[in-house]
Amino acid sequence: MEKKTLVIGVIGADVHAVGNQILYHAFTDAGFNVINLGVMVSQEEFINAAIETNADAILVSSLYGQGELDCRGLREKCDEAGLEGILLYVGGNIVIGKQPFDEVEKRFKAMGFDRSFPPGTPPEVDIEALKEDLHLED
Amino acid sequence: MKPILLIDFGSTYTKVTAVDADAPRLLGTANSYTTVQTDVNDGLADALSKLEKSIGKLDYFARYACSSAAGGLRMLASGLVPELTAEAAKTASLGAGAKVLKTYAFKLTEDDAEEIKALDPDIFLLVGGTDGGNTECMIHNAGVLASIGGDYPIILAGNRNAARECQRLLEGREVHVCENVMPRFGTLNIEPTQREIREVFLNNIVKAKGLSRATELISGIMMPTPSAVMTAMKLLAEGTAGQKGIGDLVAVDVGGATTDIYSVAEGLPDDPRTALRGLPEPYIKRTVEGDIGMRYSIRGIVDAAGIEKVAGIAGLTPERMGEIVDMFAEHTDMLPYDDETARADEALASMAVRVAVTRHAGRLEEVFGLGGLKLVQTGKNLVNVDKFIVTGGSLIHTEHTGRIASYGFFDEEDPSSLKPRACDVLVDRSYIIAAMGLLSEHYPDAALTILKEELKKDDSAK
Repeated sequence: MEKKTLVIGVIGADVHAVGNQILYHAFTDAGFNVINLGVMVSQEEFINAAIETNADAILVSSLYGQGELDCRGLREKCDEAGLEGILLYVGGNIVIGKQPFDEVEKRFKAMGFDRSFPPGTPPEVDIEALKEDLHLED
Repeated sequence: MKPILLIDFGSTYTKVTAVDADAPRLLGTANSYTTVQTDVNDGLADALSKLEKSIGKLDYFARYACSSAAGGLRMLASGLVPELTAEAAKTASLGAGAKVLKTYAFKLTEDDAEEIKALDPDIFLLVGGTDGGNTECMIHNAGVLASIGGDYPIILAGNRNAARECQRLLEGREVHVCENVMPRFGTLNIEPTQREIREVFLNNIVKAKGLSRATELISGIMMPTPSAVMTAMKLLAEGTAGQKGIGDLVAVDVGGATTDIYSVAEGLPDDPRTALRGLPEPYIKRTVEGDIGMRYSIRGIVDAAGIEKVAGIAGLTPERMGEIVDMFAEHTDMLPYDDETARADEALASMAVRVAVTRHAGRLEEVFGLGGLKLVQTGKNLVNVDKFIVTGGSLIHTEHTGRIASYGFFDEEDPSSLKPRACDVLVDRSYIIAAMGLLSEHYPDAALTILKEELKKDDSAK
C-alpha cells in the first residue's frame, strides 16, 4: 500500500524542537512519509509543503501557549489553496494557562481542526487516530 | 605558441578574443556588430579582420564560441507553488544561462496558454510536485501545452509519478524527461535539468538561431553566454588542481536592459544556531533583474531606488535627473556627453548595483519568541565574500567603477541584507570573462591565469 504523507512542524514563533523531532521518528517508524518542517513554521509553509507533496494530513504542534492565535484561519487558507478536506491535527500546550481540555478541543474543532491533543499525549495515540482517520489497516 | 580564438555572438556585438594557451596570455580582442538576420559569419569576419589588424594573422589551433544572439536562450517555466517548485524551475533555468521570459505557478489558465503561444519560447521547462507528491498540476499543464501546439522542446523535471502521463499527453512533441528539480520537499536538484537544457541548446537552438553556418568555421558553439560567465566565475573562485582560486566572489553585469548578478559561495549563516528558511540555495547562483538596466530598463532603477535618491547621489535636482532619465530612455544608444550626464549615469549605475545585489543576497531577520531572540536567514549569506567582480559595458568604461561597485556592499542602513562587507573590486576592463569561461572547457589553467592577470583591481571605492 502507498505510504500516507504527513506534514509536521511547530507553528508560529515557537522554537521548541524536541517534541517535534520525537514525533518525526515515531511517525516515520509507524510507516508514514513524514515532511518535517521543523520549528517556527508559518501557516503558508504548512500549506505550500502539503500542496507540493500531496499530503494526507497536516499536524501542527505548539508548545508556547500562542497556538490558538497561530492556528486561526489555517483551515480557511487550506480551503483557499485547494486542500479542501485535508486532515488537520493540533497538539501540545496549545492554549494559555490551565483550561479544561474538552473546551479547548471544542474551540479548535470550530476552527476546523479534526482532532486536538493535550500536553503529554504519547505519539501512539496520534498514530492510532491517524490510522482511523486515514482508514489504514494495522 | 598555441593561439586559440574565443567568440561571443552577443545580442548587439560579436566579440572575438585571441589568447595563447601555451604561455597563457591575452593576445587581443576586437568586436563588430552581430549579423544574425543575414549571416552571422559577416559580423564574425569583420571582427576577425579588425583583430588581424591589431595582432596580425594567426593560425588558430581551435575556435570556440558562446552565444546570446537572437534573444539568447529564451525559456518559459512552470511549477506548482510559487516559492517552491516554480522557484526551483526558475533557478534551474537561470543557472543554465537562459533568459527566463516568465515563470508560471499552479495550473496554467487559458490566458497563460495564449501568452505561451505568443511568446513561443526556445524551451519550456515543466515541473511541479515532489516525487510521490502532487501530479495533478503538472499533468494539467502538459495537457495545456499539448493543446496549444508549437514545436519547441519541452523538458519534464517534476514529480516522477507524473512524467509518463505527461509524455503521453505530449506525444509527437520533442520531450526530454529529467530528474525532479525538487525530488523531496525542501531539496533542490537542478543540475540534471541544467545539463539537459544545455544539450537541447547545443542540438536545437544553435540551428534555430541561424548560428549553424558559423559552426562550420569553428570547433563548436558550446554554451549560452551567461553560462560561459558562470563557468569562468566558478573557475576563478575555486581554482584548478595546480592553481589556487581567489575564493568566494560576487559578480555584477549591468547591461542596458537587464542586470545579472552571480555569486559563488555556500552562503550559510555565520551563527550555526540561525534557522534557514525557504529553498536551499545553489552554490553558484545567477539572478537576472529584468527591470534593472542602464537604458531600456532605466525607469526600473528609478522606480526601485526613488528619483530623490538617484538625484542626491548625482548631485542634481530631481527635476533635472528626471529629464536625463527621459532622454536616456528614449535614446538607448546615448552615452554621457558632459559632467552632468556622466554623474547621472554613475548614480543610476550605483543604484542598479545596489538594487540588484540586494535582491540577489539573502536576508537575516530577528524574531522574538518566548524562547528569546532567534535569527532566521532566507537566501544566501554573502557578508564574508571579499571579492567583487565587475563586468558589462556600462561599468568597465567609467573611471569610477570601484565607487559604483561599492553600492553593492553591506549597508549599515539596511543591516538585514546579507551583502558582502568591504571587498576588493576587480574590473573586467578588457571584457574577457565569457571568453575565459569558454577557454576553461579545455584549458582551465590558461583561462585562470589570464583571468587573474586581466581582472584589474580598482581602489576608487576606498
